Amino acid sequence: MTPHILTRSLDRAATTFILIVAGLGVLIPLSNLLMPQGSMFQVPTYLVALWGKYVCYAILALSIDLIWGYCGILSLGHGAFFALGGYAMGMYLMRQIGSRGVYGNPVLPDFMVFLNWDKLPWYWYGFDKFWFAALMVLLVPGLLAFCFGWLAFRSRVTGVYLSIITQAMTYALLLGFFRNDFGFGGNNGLTDFKDILGFNVQADGTRCALFLLSCLALVIAFLICRAVVTSKLGKVLIAIRDAESRTRFLGYRVETYKLFVFTLSACMAGVAGALYVPQVGIINPSEFAPANSIEAVIWVAVGGRGTLVGAALGAVVVNYAKTFFTSGPLAPYWLFMLGALFILVTLLLPKGIVGTFNAWWEPWKARRSAGIAADEESAAREDGIGAPNPAE
Amino acid sequence: MNVMDTRATSAMLYLDGVHVSFDGFHAINNLSLALEPGEMRAIIGPNGAGKTTMMDIITGKTKPDEGTVLFDGSVDLTRLDETRIAELGIGRKFQKPTVFESQTVQDNLLLALNVDHSVRGTLFWRGSKGESERIDKVLETIRLTDARNRLAGSLSHGQKQWLEIGMLLAQDPKVLLVDEPVAGMTDVETHLTAELLKQINKNHTIMVVEHDMTFVRELGVKVTCLHEGSVLAEGSIDQVSSNERVVEVYLGR
Repeated sequence: MTPHILTRSLDRAATTFILIVAGLGVLIPLSNLLMPQGSMFQVPTYLVALWGKYVCYAILALSIDLIWGYCGILSLGHGAFFALGGYAMGMYLMRQIGSRGVYGNPVLPDFMVFLNWDKLPWYWYGFDKFWFAALMVLLVPGLLAFCFGWLAFRSRVTGVYLSIITQAMTYALLLGFFRNDFGFGGNNGLTDFKDILGFNVQADGTRCALFLLSCLALVIAFLICRAVVTSKLGKVLIAIRDAESRTRFLGYRVETYKLFVFTLSACMAGVAGALYVPQVGIINPSEFAPANSIEAVIWVAVGGRGTLVGAALGAVVVNYAKTFFTSGPLAPYWLFMLGALFILVTLLLPKGIVGTFNAWWEPWKARRSAGIAADEESAAREDGIGAPNPAE
Repeated sequence: MNVMDTRATSAMLYLDGVHVSFDGFHAINNLSLALEPGEMRAIIGPNGAGKTTMMDIITGKTKPDEGTVLFDGSVDLTRLDETRIAELGIGRKFQKPTVFESQTVQDNLLLALNVDHSVRGTLFWRGSKGESERIDKVLETIRLTDARNRLAGSLSHGQKQWLEIGMLLAQDPKVLLVDEPVAGMTDVETHLTAELLKQINKNHTIMVVEHDMTFVRELGVKVTCLHEGSVLAEGSIDQVSSNERVVEVYLGR
């Protein structure tokens, strides 16, 4: 089974993508740790963390492309799954602080002491153990997506209506997490992390390890997506995207397919959020903001919907541009630029960067191989072998 | 009455006293119809006669307000959804050719094959020789062998119609509902389609909705004329087309 999936999933573009991610995942940490401080070959630690953030965004973009690009589910609330994964990781990191907090309480995080709580809420139990937190990173977004999707897909909520209720979902969570009595640090969220699995989160080595892990997670997420979209299930997803009711009349249970891929995608977004939090050092309710989810959809559109590689590329390109422009004098205009970028891509590159490249590259490749075939055919005819008629 | 009862059990598809209204508009009005196993039936009728709505009812897209819809003499179709009805063995070709345009002809047929349609089944699907042989056979029947690797979206209108009939064949249902198969086809294509349907009829029950009288005549099967949601006339094409009420309905009163 496994080799079959691998050979099927790994075409040239996919292999190149994995090699590049793996290469960056190894080279950037090596350069940071081994090269002398200040050398032109040394990647500074802040950049390692920054690129680590981009890689997490790339995973989120992949998860959106899987459902939007291949199954036509436009979720405008995927940031919620990302943030939930982030909160699960944040809770683990909070419990690791222990008595090193400002108030020195060995069990209660600072914000709970501040609110005069005397014991840990039940839903914080277990988060002192990494395996439990890691499980929750997958389980909480997955379960929410499953319940949400079960209700929405069964009732055949599609298109713009589904997009609107996903926005409502993330907005509702935003409001909830803002409240102090919700028990997740309210407005301030979770921060002031000290260590992860016993390693200092600020240390260069930890940051490099987290970067490497993020790249690894990106590769794994990419492989899972490829395995899904190159399977027969992938063909069914595209069929649902293009003609949902036709697919139903062929005897496919469309809602089950949507539920499967939506839940898988939410779990991936959760992992992205969990890797993001220790690298940026904070998680707060603003991650649930509907605008964040919309921005993530823009990354996918810019990179190329339904291409996977494009989604990851789009996340990195847009976020690199964001970092670049928001750190200069153009900072106040970033949102205008983002809007302009989206309009320009929609007008000029409706298939995104990778989609446009493919549209240009594939006919060229086909023409070239057709040219070779035609040459062989004429050679065969000269040899007196009749070539079959290429009928319509 | 007794005769009707025995027919109800032997019929492949049995509709009795079916009513559907949309916002007060009676699309289907006391419609009764029975299709015997192995039969091919042509359904004609002016626009708005309820032909497509009838197919919607049989395939579970629309639920009737009242009436009986039985499949194979025993299965109550009004309680089931589209997927379940398709699984039972009722396939449908739509009025507007609906194929998966961004996928190849071959993949369209692969998707239609009546094999395991579960999420797990498709995720871990590996092609088998039997499946590819079946696809080859269907491609040959619908004359699209040379176009197997082309995107379905790039086919001509007539080829798309055939591909959709091919998808029905791959699905191998007990009953095929075919809505306007020759709309927009050339005379030659229409003739070939009639041949194709006759060939398929050898081992499938078929219900064809069509406006094209030449085509219906060529099929040479029993014809049912619908009007305002109920059966106006039934019989051979000559009987039906010489029926005064049918002429009146078609030509206006």
